[in-house]
Amino acid sequence: MLNRQGRPTQAGEAASEQHATFTGNKALQQIEPLIFEIGHHETTGVDIDAPAPFKSRLGKHARKDGIGLPGLSEPEAMRHYVRLSQKNYGIDTGLFPLGSCTMKHNARLNEKMARLPGFSDVHPLQPVSTVPGALDVMLQLSHYLMTLTGMPAVALSPKAGAHGEACGMMAIKAAIAAKGEGATRNVVLVPESAHGTNPATAALIGFSVKSVPARPDGTVAVEDVKALLGPEIAAIMLTNPNTCGIFEPQIVEIAAAMHEAGAYFYCDGANFNAIVGKAKPGDLGVDAMHINLHKTFSTPHGGGGPGAGPVVLSQRLAPYAPVPFIHIENGKPRLIENKDDAPAGNQPFGRMTAFHGQMGMYVRALAYMLSHGSDGMKQASEDAVLNANYIRAGLSDLMSLPFPDHPSMHEALFDDEWLKGTGVSTLDFAKAMIDEGYHPMTVYFPLVVHGAMLIEPTESESKASLDLFIATLRDLAMAAQGNDKARFTAAPHHAPIRRLDETRAARQPVLKWVKPQPIAEAAE
Amino acid sequence: MAETRYTKDHEYIRIEGDTGTVGISDYAQAQLGDVVFVELPAIGKAVTKGGEAAVVESVKAASEVYAPVSGEVVAVNSELEASPGTVNEDPAGKGWFVKLKLSNAAELEGLMSEAEYQDYVKTL
Repeated sequence: MLNRQGRPTQAGEAASEQHATFTGNKALQQIEPLIFEIGHHETTGVDIDAPAPFKSRLGKHARKDGIGLPGLSEPEAMRHYVRLSQKNYGIDTGLFPLGSCTMKHNARLNEKMARLPGFSDVHPLQPVSTVPGALDVMLQLSHYLMTLTGMPAVALSPKAGAHGEACGMMAIKAAIAAKGEGATRNVVLVPESAHGTNPATAALIGFSVKSVPARPDGTVAVEDVKALLGPEIAAIMLTNPNTCGIFEPQIVEIAAAMHEAGAYFYCDGANFNAIVGKAKPGDLGVDAMHINLHKTFSTPHGGGGPGAGPVVLSQRLAPYAPVPFIHIENGKPRLIENKDDAPAGNQPFGRMTAFHGQMGMYVRALAYMLSHGSDGMKQASEDAVLNANYIRAGLSDLMSLPFPDHPSMHEALFDDEWLKGTGVSTLDFAKAMIDEGYHPMTVYFPLVVHGAMLIEPTESESKASLDLFIATLRDLAMAAQGNDKARFTAAPHHAPIRRLDETRAARQPVLKWVKPQPIAEAAE
Repeated sequence: MAETRYTKDHEYIRIEGDTGTVGISDYAQAQLGDVVFVELPAIGKAVTKGGEAAVVESVKAASEVYAPVSGEVVAVNSELEASPGTVNEDPAGKGWFVKLKLSNAAELEGLMSEAEYQDYVKTL
């Protein structure tokens, strides 16, 4: 039926049928070529005068042909980058349930503070006397990080989690060397459920790695650790809560056993968001732990955003903290830039970064802390745990839990037992979530769980948001069990790019764009 | 006759005289998924039972291939470096990883026979 403007008021026939478009665009979702494919070196968005005639002194080193940088007009450049930004899926777009990653909302207040000119315009090479405010932010942030973790020292400069792991393990290595055990104490214990970065870090620093088996309930047993202890064991790297989303019940006993054997306890702090304000790593016997400011303290990450991985250190490791750090002298902060300037009793193992770390992240993290307060941060952890358990409760009648006897902390872990016989894999299920407009959860990790699906909603999600997510996953789960295989094995159906050939991408990676040859040249 | 023995970590070793050919079982390749990278040891390297003999990486995960017994690496299947997919296609044949000269044949006693291994896989 038509109205007077001739505008149809009902949906057309077969609206669900997809057909290819002439442009390749899908409605207002534009495809976007590489900038090298749309730009031309003769196009420019800026009117610059040609240089005055000059005599080159480069001689035979002068370039013979153009460098081929793509040029675009201003509207073309604007469209290119806006379209690219629209392809990004982030926490500002929707729920981002990536387990072990804590993708939480970054409050706009944090951004506003980080953009204050006094913070955003400081340069790491300007005289220290001109940046007392920046030093104060670093001192305040250090104070709160030490308070929340119950640890006596912190190295702010590491730039992300794995960098922080390297910092902590280098401090441990320096402490071992100072005791004269450098040649003999060279093995690091890593549980099977660990983040892959843990064994990689230990190996990079020059330790060899020994695996600690996971118990059937997903936790690490102190007896298993004790059985591996000896004079060659340097440290254990343990995540708490662990990657199965379980608080390690024997963590205090494990720490004591390590210390008794003359070894150290490195804690991976990626999951600190579950316990802020509830448990202090210092009370658990931790010697070093990195804190992902970009996870726990809401500073943005993903899509290449900068990270920040300060490392808190125990009294035993504090003297080995890397430069630069701020030392209070006669009540005044002094920036220690070189190992030789370190106050007596300190033997910094070296330097992790060229400058002082991610200043913008320090400001955001401090803004998060001050705006939440201690009660707010505690509640954030409680809400993160509540949300994860709400999802677990909403799905556990359909999807199977590998560790039903342990309550979940900040993430709910499912295995693929419930998909057995359906012909649908964890990967297929994750791809179907893309069709529904959700970034998939972490899949096939932790490795100790078959077909793992690790969901971390964080405290950022409202009940309505969680209910819609649960309803969506329930609908998908019932479809998977109800023989609607095509919805999964061919997913994603609605994404601009369909299922990628991961195997071919890994076996024959194309790492460099090669300019297609003009047809005439190619024919020669 | 060549005899094949298996570990609980899904490596096999096919014994011919005092050398053994080491690879991963069909079950292991299926669990790993498409293999995309294989790292092989240097010839002459001494490996100990349970120690790392090679690394296999699939689209899902990277794993160590452990030496089923102690010995010296006398040959490696360098064709896997160019075509790692052979591990999926023919794990028991062309997809072998290394050949070891056994230093302690008694270690074979602790490994599973073909039938024992098949029973073991059924329990997983």
